Amino acid sequence: MSAVPAPAADAPKSAHTAADYKSDYKPIWCPGCGDYSVLSSFTKAFAILDLAPERIAVVSGIGCSSRIPAYTSCYGFHGVHGRSLAAATGLKLARPDLTVVVASGDGDGYSIGGNHFLHACRRNADLTYVVMDNHVYGMTKGQPSPTTEPDWDSKLSPGGTGLRSFNPLVIALAAGANFVARAFAGDPNGTAEIIAEAIRTPGFSFVEVMSPCVTFRPEQREWKHHVRPSPVPATDDAAKAARRLMTDDGFNIGVLYKGDRPPYQPPMGKGRKTPADLERGFAI
Amino acid sequence: MSRRLLTGNGAAAWGARLAEVDYVPAFPITPQTEIVETLARWCDAGEMAARLTMLESEHSMVTAAGAAAAAGARVFTATSSQGLQYAMEMIFTVAGWRVPFVMVNVSRALASPITLEPDHTDVLSARDAGFLQIHCATCQEVMDGVLIAYRVAEDARVRLPAIVNEDGFYLSFTREPVELPDPGAVRRFLPAFDPGSAAFRASHPASRAVAVLGGAPYSYFRYEAHLAARAALAVYDEAATAFAAAFGRSWPAVERYRSDDAEVVFFMIGAFATKAKDAVDRLREAGERVGLVRPRLLRPWPDAALREALAGKRAVAVIDQNLSMGMGGVLAAELASALHGHAGMPMIVPFVGALGGRDIAAEEFFEIARAARAAAAAGVAPGPRLLYTADELREVRKLQAIAHAERPGAGGTR
Repeated sequence: MSAVPAPAADAPKSAHTAADYKSDYKPIWCPGCGDYSVLSSFTKAFAILDLAPERIAVVSGIGCSSRIPAYTSCYGFHGVHGRSLAAATGLKLARPDLTVVVASGDGDGYSIGGNHFLHACRRNADLTYVVMDNHVYGMTKGQPSPTTEPDWDSKLSPGGTGLRSFNPLVIALAAGANFVARAFAGDPNGTAEIIAEAIRTPGFSFVEVMSPCVTFRPEQREWKHHVRPSPVPATDDAAKAARRLMTDDGFNIGVLYKGDRPPYQPPMGKGRKTPADLERGFAI
Repeated sequence: MSRRLLTGNGAAAWGARLAEVDYVPAFPITPQTEIVETLARWCDAGEMAARLTMLESEHSMVTAAGAAAAAGARVFTATSSQGLQYAMEMIFTVAGWRVPFVMVNVSRALASPITLEPDHTDVLSARDAGFLQIHCATCQEVMDGVLIAYRVAEDARVRLPAIVNEDGFYLSFTREPVELPDPGAVRRFLPAFDPGSAAFRASHPASRAVAVLGGAPYSYFRYEAHLAARAALAVYDEAATAFAAAFGRSWPAVERYRSDDAEVVFFMIGAFATKAKDAVDRLREAGERVGLVRPRLLRPWPDAALREALAGKRAVAVIDQNLSMGMGGVLAAELASALHGHAGMPMIVPFVGALGGRDIAAEEFFEIARAARAAAAAGVAPGPRLLYTADELREVRKLQAIAHAERPGAGGTR
């Protein structure tokens, strides 16, 4: 199993810094976008875990958040709208030795990607799914996403959609995710710690990052005044986690649930070589 | 009648508004979003009596469109590129339901590589689905095409959904003067949708979209839809004639531009044909007998009208803004199917170009005309030729060199 072990108390300092995971490409996001700091949290989390960049694959779909793979020096895959989890699942099952991190947004991940989200939680492959949630389709310039409030006014939904917003944490928990957390882009170090813990935890880890869209949802600048560390530590009791979500106002930051369900690994015939075995022969 | 500067997307929205549609299922995608946002604004302001709903995907959007049309509503929707691909399962399915509605597709090239810029591979992938297809070259045609599409699609002899296609960016975001007809005149041209037996009616329960066992009923229903699409050739001609009488604008199934005495004709669809017309004018000034033939109607395929337009020409240079990998351009193959076995037809000289938003320069049209003439003189039909310059290849090689470059410190274990 390739889950990244927790460092021992006397472990030496990481040989990597966050800069080791940054590519030469300058990110193209609006000034003030929360995704800049999520990118920073990715690279900090990788440094905390001391993973070589070539042991990591960052997979995404389509949307502002999905630009992230090219901004890292890891393996990257920019997929099709909503399909990041399907691509990541295929990759992880073929290459269980890689740490696979999936980057998505609320538009990409919860509408066209919604079905994949349910089944990825249920399947519990060893993936870390980071969704940058800003309650809006940003790349198509401001339409309501599944997490948008019912009364948010937009060109496509004058007066609001009137639809209940999707609760990703509830869905993840109900569908069987092994790790469920909420983070805030305004705290890149805290988010990095949560992403690192999500990667360390075997199975499907879901991290919802509140990542403000200052262009189409400028009121989200206020999030920084509302977020707070979760008053209670993570639980391994799904029923307890569910009860907490019933009273959750959406601003508690931290790990909500951490289970111990064994990750999905398809049975492999005896003597079958993995792609990694085959690759060994070509190592220089 | 009034005249306004509208983008192709604005013209598409006006088409839906003037058609007095009842229902608009919507989902955003670049470069289409402006159409449904415009309709949402009008619905909200009470300028349109339609209901607009944002769905969670294009797949659901086309499903909802088909179901609403089956229930007797006049339905409009719009999409583009990857959205059309995602809906493709339902594109085939709702055509089989024989429900008429109109969907504007704003053509954009398909992944991979991912791009936002236009070509026609997206819409041509739907050509076997049972949707009628009208291809537009100007913003006026987009608006008028929506109205004509409803009339043809809803005709009792047809009853099939229709795609009205406009090129992303080049047409979707370009403003042109567009004549807006009076709503009363539009109502006379396009009366309210009479769904006939296709509607769900009170006290007449009927189950739709059923499964069949065995090839006989399946073949029957598929071929019946094919015959309906073929019937749409005559229905389109009637509609275009009625449209010209009502509004003074003529949109025959096949456009001919300075082609009557031409020896060589350009053959293409969509907005880039306006560039071909400009090249025709310049070549004519230089004394060359060159013209343009442009099918507006792609489904049904107006084969007889194409033969009539092309008979006696020496060469037809087909410019495909699409690519069927392993074969070449789709239009060249479609045209061959129309011309083969008929006497006096020109040689087909195929080109593939303008993929993913690439331009076609005037000089390239001149070279295409020259190559077509040369091929006809030599009597040997060439294979498809890609419009691509040495400069472009150099630029791509530079990008590849950057991508292959080892970054300091990258790779290897540390």
